Amino acid sequence: MTVTMSRKRFAATLAHRLAVLAFIVVALFPLFWLLKVSVTPTKLLYSEGVRMWPSETTWAHYAFVIENSDFPLFFRNSLIVSLSTALIVTLVAAGAGYAMSRFAFRGKMWLVGLLLVTQMFPLVMLIAPIFKILSSIGLTNSLSGLVLVYTAFNVPFAVFLMQSFFDSIPKDLEEAAMIDGATRFMAFRQIIVPLTLPGMAATLGFVFTAAWSELLFALMLISKTDASTFPVGLLGFVSKFGVDFGQMMAAGVLALIPAVLFFLLIQRFLVKGLTAGAVKG
Amino acid sequence: MAAIDIRAVDKSFQKLKVLHSVDLSIDKGEFIVLVGPSGCGKSTLLRMIAGLEEVTGGEIVIGGKRVNDLPPKERNLAMVFQSYALYPHMTVAGNMSYSLRLRKIAKEKIATAVAGAADILGLAPLVERRPRQLSGGQRQRVAMGRAIVREPQAFLWDEPLSNLDARLREQMRAEIKKLHRRLGATSIYVTHDQIEAMTLADRIVAMEAGTIQQIGSPEDLYERPANRFVAGFIGSPAMNFLDAQAAPANAGHARLVTEDGLTFEAIPGLELPSSRQLTIGIRPEHVLLGEAAGEGAKEATVDLVEPTGMGAIVHFRFADISHQAYHLGRASWRAGDSVKVALPTERLHLFDATDGRRLN
Repeated sequence: MTVTMSRKRFAATLAHRLAVLAFIVVALFPLFWLLKVSVTPTKLLYSEGVRMWPSETTWAHYAFVIENSDFPLFFRNSLIVSLSTALIVTLVAAGAGYAMSRFAFRGKMWLVGLLLVTQMFPLVMLIAPIFKILSSIGLTNSLSGLVLVYTAFNVPFAVFLMQSFFDSIPKDLEEAAMIDGATRFMAFRQIIVPLTLPGMAATLGFVFTAAWSELLFALMLISKTDASTFPVGLLGFVSKFGVDFGQMMAAGVLALIPAVLFFLLIQRFLVKGLTAGAVKG
Repeated sequence: MAAIDIRAVDKSFQKLKVLHSVDLSIDKGEFIVLVGPSGCGKSTLLRMIAGLEEVTGGEIVIGGKRVNDLPPKERNLAMVFQSYALYPHMTVAGNMSYSLRLRKIAKEKIATAVAGAADILGLAPLVERRPRQLSGGQRQRVAMGRAIVREPQAFLWDEPLSNLDARLREQMRAEIKKLHRRLGATSIYVTHDQIEAMTLADRIVAMEAGTIQQIGSPEDLYERPANRFVAGFIGSPAMNFLDAQAAPANAGHARLVTEDGLTFEAIPGLELPSSRQLTIGIRPEHVLLGEAAGEGAKEATVDLVEPTGMGAIVHFRFADISHQAYHLGRASWRAGDSVKVALPTERLHLFDATDGRRLN
C-alpha cells in the first residue's frame, strides 16, 4: 500500500519535473541559439550543418559590432529612450494609479473606460496619424518624439498596474499617518510609496522592456542613423551587410545585457511580502 | 486634553443619510463609548471627529474650536484603528515616533517619549522589531503606543479589540481602562460589543440607524433603558420581551395581561388607559425559577439548559414563546421538565408597543 503510494508520488514528481524542464528548454533554446551563432566563425556557419556547438569559437563578431558598426550609438539611444520612458511612465502611473485607487471624482468611470479603449486598437492603425502629428511639430527623427509616443502608449496599462498595487495597501495606513500629523502628500511619500516600491519596480521593468524592444514606431518615426534605437539597428544588419547572422546575433546578445542588468537591479524590490504585518492578515 | 462638542451633526453619503442630527457633549477627560449594531453610524461619527470624513451638516467643536474644515493633522487627535494600521516598513520605535518626527521635536525628547510609552505598554524589549515580527496583542500595544507618545486633545478608538481572541481582548480591555485612569485623556471609543461598552465607559452612547437612542452611565442604560432598542441591546443574555395589553385598573393600579395569559397586578406609579398595547421587558437574571418563584408562580416548560459555570441560562417557554432566565448556581432542571417561573413586578420594564419608548 505505502509502496504503491510512494511510487505514485515519485511518478507524479518526475512528470512534474520533466514538464518544467521541457518548458525551460523550449523557452531558453532560442537564447542559446543566439549565443551559439554569435560565437560561430562566419566560415563555419553554413559548413558545419546543424550542430549544438561549433567546433571553433570566436569573439570576432562582438569586436566588429563594438568597434566598426554604429551599434554603440544605437545602444546609447535605446538606453536614453527606454530609461526616460520607464521613469516618466512610472511617475505618471504612480500618481494616476493612486488617484484611481483612493479618490472618487467626477468622470472617473469615463476616464477608466477611455484608458481601456486605448488598449483596444492595433498600433498599426495609429502610425500614419502619429507620424503626421509628430512631423508637423518636428519630433520625427528625434529621441524625445519616441519617448513621447512610448509614454503615451504605456501609461494606460501602467496606471491599471499601479492602481492594483495601491489597492492592495490598506487605506488605514495613510489615514493613520494623516492623524499622526502628515498631509496627504506626506503620507503618500513616506508611508505609501515605500510600500509600493515592488509595484513601481515591476512597472519600471515592464515599461523598460517594452520600450527597449519596440520596433514598429522606431522604424517609422526615425529615418536617420544618429537617432536610431537598437532594434532598428539590428534590422540594419539585414540590409547593409547582406544578412550577417554572426554580427546580428552578437549585437542581440549585447542588447540583452542592459535588460538583464536592469532586472537584477530592481529584483530586490520585486520581492513580495513587504506589506506583511501592517494590518492583521 | 479637551472637551468635544458635537452639535446637530448630519452625514450623508450621496443620497444615503447615515447620521441624523447627532448632539453630544463630551467633558474633558471623559471616557465615552459609542455602541450599536453595525451600520448604526458610530464609526462614521468617530471618523468625522478625526477629520477623515467630511461633515455634511452641523458642527464639531474640539477644545472650543470649530474643526469642521480642519484637516486631520491640525486637530491633534490620536486614533487607534481596528486593523492597527502600523507602518510595516518602520520599527516599533519608528511607528511610535512618527508623529513626533513630523512635528520636528528634538531627538532626545522623542527618545524619552518613546521609551516612556514602551515602558508603560511592556514593549521595551521589542522596540527594534518590525510589525510583522509581532503577535496580534503586541501590534495592538504598538498602536496604543503610537497614540500615547503624543499629548493629543483626545484619543479615538475604532473597535480596537475586535481582531483579538477572547482572552486577549479581556486583558487589553483592562489595560485600556488602566491607561485611561493613568492619563486621564478624553476618549471616544467605538464598539459593537456591549460588554466593552459597559466595562470601559463613563458614559455610553447607544446608537441605532444614525440616531442616538440614549446617553447615560452603564448603570443607567442597564437599569433604566430609555427604549426597547437599548433594553434589547445592552445586557447578555438579552432581555426577554412579552407583548401585553393594559387591563381595567384595579384600585388605581395598572394591570397588565400578556398574550399568553399572564397577568401582572398593581404596577406601582403607572397609569395607563385600558387596552393600551405595550411590551413588557424583564432581564433573564431577574426571572425567578423553581422554589425562588414562590406563591402564584406560573408553570413553564424547560427547553434547554446552558451551564456557564457561574450559573446557567435556562430557556423556557410559556405557551409557544421562548424566554431565558439566568439562574445563579447549579441548575437541576433538564429539557422537558416543568418549572415554576415568576416575573417580579418591580423588575419589569414597560415600553410602548408602537414607538418602543419607556413608560415606567
